[in-house]
Amino acid sequence: MEEIYAKFVSQKISKTRWRPVPSGSLQTAETFATGSWDNEENYVSLWSIGDFGNLDSDGGFEGDHQLLCDIRHHGDVMDLQFFDQERIVAASSTGSVTVFLHHPNNQTLSVNQQWTAAHYHTGPGSPSYSSAPCTGIVCSNPEIVTVGEDGRINFFRADHKEALRTIDNADSSTLHAVTFLRTPEILTVNSIGQLKIWDFRQQGNEPSQILSLTGDRVPLHCVDRHPNQQHVVATGGQDGMLSIWDVRQGTMPVSLLKAHEAEMWEVHFHPSNPDHLFTCSEDGSLWHWDASTDVPEKSSLFHQGGRTSTFLSHSISNQANVHQSLISSWLSTDPAKDRIEITSLLPNKTLSVNSLDVLGPCLVCGTDAEAIYVTRQLFS
Amino acid sequence: MEEMHQIAIAKDPAGGRQLNSQISILSAIELIWNLCEILFIEVAPAGSLLLHLLDWIRLHVCEADSLLADVLGSENPSKHESFWNLVTILVLQGRLDEARQMLSKEADANPASAGMCRLLGDLMRTMPILSPGNTQTLTELELKWQHWHEECERHLQDGTFIANPQLECLCKIMLGDEAALLEQKELLSNWYHFLVTRLLYSNPTVKPIDLHYYAQSSLDLFMGGESGPEPLNNILMAAFEFDIHQVIKECSIALSNWWFVAHLTDLLDHCRLLQSHNLYFGSNMREFLLLEYASGLFAHHSMWQLAVDYFDSCPELGRVSLELHIERIPLNTEQKALKVLRICEQRQMTEQVRSICKILAMKAVRNNRLGSALSWSIRAKDAAFATLVSDRFLMDYCDRGCFSDLDLIDNLGPAMMLSDRLTFLGKYREFHRVYGEKRFADAASLLLSLMTSQIAPRSFWMTLLTDALPLLEQKQVIFSAEQTYELMRCLEDLTSERPVRGEPDAQLFQDDDIETTKVEMLRLALARNLARAIIREGSLEGS
Repeated sequence: MEEIYAKFVSQKISKTRWRPVPSGSLQTAETFATGSWDNEENYVSLWSIGDFGNLDSDGGFEGDHQLLCDIRHHGDVMDLQFFDQERIVAASSTGSVTVFLHHPNNQTLSVNQQWTAAHYHTGPGSPSYSSAPCTGIVCSNPEIVTVGEDGRINFFRADHKEALRTIDNADSSTLHAVTFLRTPEILTVNSIGQLKIWDFRQQGNEPSQILSLTGDRVPLHCVDRHPNQQHVVATGGQDGMLSIWDVRQGTMPVSLLKAHEAEMWEVHFHPSNPDHLFTCSEDGSLWHWDASTDVPEKSSLFHQGGRTSTFLSHSISNQANVHQSLISSWLSTDPAKDRIEITSLLPNKTLSVNSLDVLGPCLVCGTDAEAIYVTRQLFS
Repeated sequence: MEEMHQIAIAKDPAGGRQLNSQISILSAIELIWNLCEILFIEVAPAGSLLLHLLDWIRLHVCEADSLLADVLGSENPSKHESFWNLVTILVLQGRLDEARQMLSKEADANPASAGMCRLLGDLMRTMPILSPGNTQTLTELELKWQHWHEECERHLQDGTFIANPQLECLCKIMLGDEAALLEQKELLSNWYHFLVTRLLYSNPTVKPIDLHYYAQSSLDLFMGGESGPEPLNNILMAAFEFDIHQVIKECSIALSNWWFVAHLTDLLDHCRLLQSHNLYFGSNMREFLLLEYASGLFAHHSMWQLAVDYFDSCPELGRVSLELHIERIPLNTEQKALKVLRICEQRQMTEQVRSICKILAMKAVRNNRLGSALSWSIRAKDAAFATLVSDRFLMDYCDRGCFSDLDLIDNLGPAMMLSDRLTFLGKYREFHRVYGEKRFADAASLLLSLMTSQIAPRSFWMTLLTDALPLLEQKQVIFSAEQTYELMRCLEDLTSERPVRGEPDAQLFQDDDIETTKVEMLRLALARNLARAIIREGSLEGS
């Protein structure tokens, strides 16, 4: 049973994100950032779960997360991403995108850069200026892509004042989330249930591909790409349904899994164990989906890489059983068979769980009940 | 609370003062709550009542523990300056075992008074108290206590403790001598402590109903008649008189928000202690207070989500109040709107869902986000609004000659069925697509069905007929004779309706000119098509 630490922080948490650990290091996650919403003064804060406490008998670390520093943020924090080790990008409900810089020596946060009118309904030039909330951000150093309720996609580059490129009216409805697909491509989800793929090498303002369900147009709220297999994408919808898509094939999702009873706010593949998926929802629960198959010789992390999998997909028919774990278990999922194990991680349902993030064996999530939950033993 | 204490000490005076006042309010609240628990909920009978009250005092007057730690920690406890204060406090709180231990230290340090200390210690040890597991009856206890009391009195009379004034003082306290107790005003610090100590040493088997006599007299004696009507005193007095309504009333007056009163009333109501006190407003007092509290929460920018649960627990007026409040929450982002809608949907408040979605859809239309507007009207299942959105699209088409937001219209799916206008829009777009793919026969039949099935708005018929023109002019015959007759009928319907315009407006003349040209062209095309169709159908290959 995992141990979960809860701490009540007197602000409703809208986003929680782990600080990325430097690649190649053996450190586990130690610091995370949170953003709050719906208060008169919202804050972006940094917390640490470092070794404040003593080692207890099983070698685990005691003690809750402690606040390191925080900084005021105008408007609700709609999305938060770590740009690199020291910089955090925050999307605001006032339509601005801000880059905060963390100074580790005196433990403070400061504003590094800001694009104030990144999203708007009627532009800053006109007399009836009205801003639109920015709903999603994704970063890949040095680029930042943002989407908002105005249906606009912005491509920013850190340290450049103006946007590199803007696609106005990319969508007639609200864009809820964005993620990188293959390198020059991004994928967005919107409130009429469509996934759109945009290729920014192309000059036009049209998406290169549109995928959607044929049934009801349920708005999609979150999206995440499989860490190793870039064609596998998971989305969460307003009715709590989890869909897995293969963007190479067709316009329909590969599988639809009935999950939560209310909007699913975030979905994440585990970055190093992609057979594990995590979702959190408005109904107050956080689920851990485990699709790892019980093959006796479990292949190592190395073999799940991109290179070997394409080679083996040709020979799938001959060697289906032995190398099953190498093909994404999400695509070959038949929900009727007992292959996915689902566990609920939070002890009791309270208000909505707005956000979650996983890194290594650590998970952090934030709720509307003004609490942050951290566990350091996800796979025990 | 301890954190607040520390911060209050550490921070600057201004912040510290505010925190101090908050701390004092919180401690007062805890005091009242505990007392209510003892008197109303546990309903302690005589005998154990005093024990509960002793616990109550020990919990809330906490200088004793820190002083104890201080003194014990010092090298020579009995020489500590506060030693006698400590022992007195221990006796005042009825912690006689610890007092005895202190006395034994004094005995060790000071052999001259060792004998007296031991004697006093014995008296302390033999004081009869009601222990929880004990099966003695109250009368037995009373008898024993009376006996013990007389022994103490005897010692005092004999002057056993004359040599050591502090010990004599302690003895007097243990006898319940009011004068001696009043001398210790500083250590007692408030009248309810005085009350409990007095009861402990003069009437340990006090009955609940007699409590308020003692309370009143203790208050008067302690304050010396100079007590102003302090809120805390009023509340405690009301509690000692077992007047629940008065307690609630006083608390409501004294405290600045409804939090404490609402929860206390709720607790008491669950213990069935409140008779249904019908207020002219709605139902009973508990519900009234909870409604007030929840309404206050709704006014807060972020605590409205908590208020929902409070409204849910009010059976009579909760739902109605929730309906009224939830429509008025300011919605600045879609995410907040979604949460509010989820709350409404879970409680089947369809009216509220519809009205909130309508507001959001209007906002979206004003911002030209037609896709968002459509998705809100789908959520609310609002056909009227969907019609409005489709009209907007069609107007855009008429103005610009091409569709905006093709991604939306092309992928409407089953949402098309929501409103006729929307279905028309979807089908019309399909017609364009089919025409673009050069499947003229399909396009033709689609166009005809659009006109005959009455889902096309009248204003759009001219456009549809104009769209039919290129199909009529094609080399091959696309419309059959039947279909051509249908088209002609539609045209006649359209032209016969048009009223004769009498205004000599130049613009109007031009429009009319264009209109009549169009109509003429159509009539010509239709006639020609009819001719060709009849010929084709009449000839041998016509099939």
